Amino acid sequence: MSEEDQIPAKIMFVMRKPPHGSIYAYEGLEVILISAAYEQDVSVMFMGDGIYALKKGQDTSELGIKGFAKTYGVLEGYDIEKIYVDRISLEERGLTPDDLIIDVEVLEPAKVNEMMNEQHVLMPF
Amino acid sequence: MKYTIFVQEGPYNHEAADSAYNFAKAALEKGHEIRGIFFYNDGVINSTKLMDPPQDDRHIQKRWTELGEKGIDIVICIAAAKRRGIADENLAPGMRISGLGQLIEMGITSDRLMTFGS
Repeated sequence: MSEEDQIPAKIMFVMRKPPHGSIYAYEGLEVILISAAYEQDVSVMFMGDGIYALKKGQDTSELGIKGFAKTYGVLEGYDIEKIYVDRISLEERGLTPDDLIIDVEVLEPAKVNEMMNEQHVLMPF
Repeated sequence: MKYTIFVQEGPYNHEAADSAYNFAKAALEKGHEIRGIFFYNDGVINSTKLMDPPQDDRHIQKRWTELGEKGIDIVICIAAAKRRGIADENLAPGMRISGLGQLIEMGITSDRLMTFGS
């Protein structure tokens, strides 16, 4: 490997899909957890309906699907601490950071754009 | 440029698998390198050798096999494959089943990761 390869790569997961109704959020979370093992500079951006994955009080019992909202709580333990939420997406859905199950940093759209441009790998789900 | 191609959708239902293939083919023709192709979510269904479309339609699995047999590393995510009934018994030639770590590995060792989804 060249020297350049040894600098941690910036990897951002962009979570856009709601947590239920399709498997993207769940299988995306599995990729996020695996990425922690690679000691890279990992961040997770929640935007659009992707934000609902972090909403408090989810109950999947009537769906017959195992809920996975609690799993977001382990991200910190995996050293994935850069969790971002797009301010506009949050406001459009009438939510505030207090409605979310984990601590997030709320970013202005321009900042979201800027951070996406800095990434080596951008993986949307 | 060195590319990784990340496919999230199955064959036929969405255009993603076609676009990914067209991208791979065009990149190779232009002299770029494909670091690997990784199938995830319903994308793993691209790998079943039981695929048997009408004769006048394109055969999506065979196109991937051709790329795999040219030496391109084509990886099917094991966790996604198990959910969807893809296993060694029905895996098409020219591909391999492996873990999600391969996707991260491919991403960080490529210049660009191209995602094809819905």
